Amino acid sequence: MLQVSNLSVARGGMTLLCGVVFSLSAGQVLVLRGANGLGKTTLLRCISRLQDSVEGQIIAPETVAYSGHADGLKGQMTVLENLVFWASIYHGPSPNVALDAYNLHRLADRPAANLSAGQKRRLGLARLQVSGCALWVMDEPTVSLDVHNVALFRAALNQHVQSGGAAVITTHIDLEHASARVLDLTRFKARGVASSSAFEEALE
Amino acid sequence: MIQLFLRDVGLSVRSGGGFGLALIFFLIVVTLIPFALGPDQSALAVIAPGVLWLGALLACLLSLDRIFGLDFEDGTLDLLATSPLPLEAVYVAKASAHWLTTGLPLSLAAPVLGVLLNLDYETGKILCLSLLLGTPALSLIGAFGASLTLGVKRGGLLLSLLVLPLYVPSLIFGSQAVRLVGQGLEFDVALILLSAISLGAAAILPFASGAALRINLR
Repeated sequence: MLQVSNLSVARGGMTLLCGVVFSLSAGQVLVLRGANGLGKTTLLRCISRLQDSVEGQIIAPETVAYSGHADGLKGQMTVLENLVFWASIYHGPSPNVALDAYNLHRLADRPAANLSAGQKRRLGLARLQVSGCALWVMDEPTVSLDVHNVALFRAALNQHVQSGGAAVITTHIDLEHASARVLDLTRFKARGVASSSAFEEALE
Repeated sequence: MIQLFLRDVGLSVRSGGGFGLALIFFLIVVTLIPFALGPDQSALAVIAPGVLWLGALLACLLSLDRIFGLDFEDGTLDLLATSPLPLEAVYVAKASAHWLTTGLPLSLAAPVLGVLLNLDYETGKILCLSLLLGTPALSLIGAFGASLTLGVKRGGLLLSLLVLPLYVPSLIFGSQAVRLVGQGLEFDVALILLSAISLGAAAILPFASGAALRINLR
């Protein structure tokens, strides 16, 4: 489903990762790990074609469901309206399943502006379900979710994977997902990259 | 694409959407002119076409940075860029929604406000027609400017500087058409050229804007 070979990515003219190689087939979850500023987000943006890579090749489906740091919700629209909009953009399935998966039925008629950070994130994740895309590309999806909602996310992810989907996820928590492989990106770090913390810089 | 258009129209009429802002700005500008120039009715009638066109043009500028700015800030534009919808279609949907919520109300209000400037009924009709033909170009060029200045912090001023020179041809032909009616002369050519600008913008700018958006989202 997704094949990445000899990929180099750069942000702001500075190469962050080089020689990245991995592949992902249907029914698999790949968890990307690495320190802050290593280039995880940049890599995901390349996979989603939001950004060009410096070199190398990415073979990915025509459309992927991307979820970034921002949820892309409209505060003036209700939870249901937000989902219906995205479902119509992607020609995806009806929002009911997504509302079920993230326990959003009770909030369906609330304007998204009135939701808490965790509720917004749940709605952002529910958007992936109405996209109907096989490949989910997720940048720290569990931020601001509590333990219970992380479990909901895990269940939704399981369901997606079992129905032939796949996902690339960056996260700092342990997803405890059975079919998840973990790839540490630290070994692909491009030489000469400024270290991420001032403390490390001071040591060098 | 139609859903995005409907969503944008819906958002602009809801609270905080800014619908009516342009219209009220237009109303205020046009009301201020007689205060500034004095109540000489014949003088007002002479400058009315130019003032009304200029007022509509400035009112149109007000909401340009919202076209892409809000969606860029909350991440929606990233998601739209990864969706099956091409960015050219996103541009067309957003520019059309901007025209429907700004250009169309301004065109319909202009002959009414023309009364304040002693504009007669016949001339008012042509004014309305010239705005209907010309404001699509204002929205299309403006949305293109908005896609160029995307991500520039407080890019509103830069956007105005970029867009206003591009508005000059529409302004010339639009106000000229109305002036010619007032003098009882043929005005067809001005209206045809005005429509040509709108059509040309609709043909070329989606691709330019799509490319600009793609670069700015990187």
